[in-house]
Amino acid sequence: MTAGPDRPPAAEVATSALGYLTEPAPVAEEPPVQRVVEVAGRRPVGAYVELTLAAPAIAERAVPGQFVAFAVGDRTSAMVLRRSIAIAGTADGQVTVVVSPHGAGSTWLAGLRPGDAVDVVGPLGRPYPMPAPGTPALLVGGGYGAAALVGLAGRLRAAGSRVAVVSGAASADRLCSGEELTALADPFVVTTDDGSAGRRGWVTDAAAELVGGVGVVYACGPMGMLRAVAEQATAAGVPSYVAVEESMACGIGVCMTCVLPVVGADGRTRFSRSCTEGPVFGGDRVRFADVGTLTADVVGADAMGVVA
Amino acid sequence: MTVTETAVDMSTALGSAAIPSPVLTASGCSSFGRELEPFVDLAAIGAVVTKSVQLRPRSGRPTPRMAETPSGMLNSIGLQGPGIDGLLAEELPWLAARGARALVSIAGTRVEHFAELATRLRGVPGVLGIEVNISCPNVESRGEVFACDPVAARDVVRAVREAADPAQPVYAKLSPDVTDIVPVAASCADAGADGLSMINTLLGLVIDPDTMRPVLGGITGGLSGPAVRPVALRCVWQVHQALPGVPILGMGGIRSGLDALQFVLAGASAVSVGTAVFNDPSALTRIHTELAAALAERGFARLTDAVGYAHR
Repeated sequence: MTAGPDRPPAAEVATSALGYLTEPAPVAEEPPVQRVVEVAGRRPVGAYVELTLAAPAIAERAVPGQFVAFAVGDRTSAMVLRRSIAIAGTADGQVTVVVSPHGAGSTWLAGLRPGDAVDVVGPLGRPYPMPAPGTPALLVGGGYGAAALVGLAGRLRAAGSRVAVVSGAASADRLCSGEELTALADPFVVTTDDGSAGRRGWVTDAAAELVGGVGVVYACGPMGMLRAVAEQATAAGVPSYVAVEESMACGIGVCMTCVLPVVGADGRTRFSRSCTEGPVFGGDRVRFADVGTLTADVVGADAMGVVA
Repeated sequence: MTVTETAVDMSTALGSAAIPSPVLTASGCSSFGRELEPFVDLAAIGAVVTKSVQLRPRSGRPTPRMAETPSGMLNSIGLQGPGIDGLLAEELPWLAARGARALVSIAGTRVEHFAELATRLRGVPGVLGIEVNISCPNVESRGEVFACDPVAARDVVRAVREAADPAQPVYAKLSPDVTDIVPVAASCADAGADGLSMINTLLGLVIDPDTMRPVLGGITGGLSGPAVRPVALRCVWQVHQALPGVPILGMGGIRSGLDALQFVLAGASAVSVGTAVFNDPSALTRIHTELAAALAERGFARLTDAVGYAHR
């Protein structure tokens, strides 16, 4: 059913009636589950720790772009909020995530050992929408965000797409998933800010050379990088989908803490939850410049006393 | 997941409205209930207490909106919501179609707003009752919370009780950020409140030592979670002692069945589970089961027999 890898890109990119290159990502078909699962494997990867979980109910439901939310510690833990982490891969009933230890919660997660139990909810969020079969794609990952692109790269390849990947980080120890992506990507370009691996520079430097030859761009990484990649794609007339990483208290859509100003299908901007309305958003629909502010054109801003 | 049957009769009531379980969601902590459907049987819990709704849709505050604190969190959402029209058109029909009961939390900045909201909810299918949020700390005029003044609280509650459907109990949600909560509680009861919800969050602050600025976009925020539980329990205790005939919906840091039991023993005839849902989306079902087991272990045949037991 899939087109061959040599199929040419779509002759023209469809644009929505309102001039956006993307449509909001559809919701996942399967609802999430909550399970206490066993850590099956742990592997340090540079500055990160890759955890593999025996979680068949989550693995069988997960689609690239989705994430899981971990409880930290047991039912008496003083850390009451979930930690949301992108799914890096699923295979044989297992789910893999890459943990970047920085605060107390992620450090606890990174310290889990094989055989330990952990409470996890998933898969959560909206997956990356797939392009027409065979559409050449550019995937851009920042730091451990590259992990979230592995499953997508595989899915795109299976659908007949040529997949180019740019993976960048501040330094070599903050790159990840290079081995998996090398096997899937052509080309696979690595950049580091300090030149300790690959090309010295930013992912956008390398992406600039590739964006003209693809029909869709996907990105995962820190907000500043997502903004740059999305703007680059939009300027080139290429639709982009970005998976954002906002801090979330619950991951399931009830706490309302992870909102971003995002333009909906109707052209109106709302404070949209990164967990249930994201984490994948159309790159031209996220109003990156307005994150952390309330502008008068956000739905409901008038009721907050903010008027134009 | 379904609520397990036990030998203990767990049925209770909010005022005149009977409910099959004493465990409810807490306003602002489970949105409008939909997102919990994969984890909880919404028809089996006591009720879905909605996020506070106002007359108009509200964007809420800009981010950052939350900060984790020891055994709790600070939030500054700013009552983001669809407004009463969105609630009536989308959320309440969805809940009613599933047999879930809604305790609709209403909020406003003027007495008339509250009354209009109560009027709009008259006779709406699935609406069990109204929780009057006169205590949200995340409002524009933080120093002018209705629940900090017995007279202002009375005016709102009276207006809502007069406007609301007589079949819908009206609960007033109180703030712990007062010198003495009993006069406010008494004032609400005198104004016709069928019950009292205690407590809303406590106003708090977190400063980021790196940026050396407040973490939250709203500067201050509401503190919730197990950290506030002793404060909440103290409020329930004091009010039940002073007003033993006034039903109490207890809330504040409930995470387990034994936490819920403490509120029941202090005088709550039902409880709301809030921040714990962020940690454990199936918390409501679990806490119901744990509470039933705890009551059985202590020889209670009915939940209602345990209400206020610690005072006897």
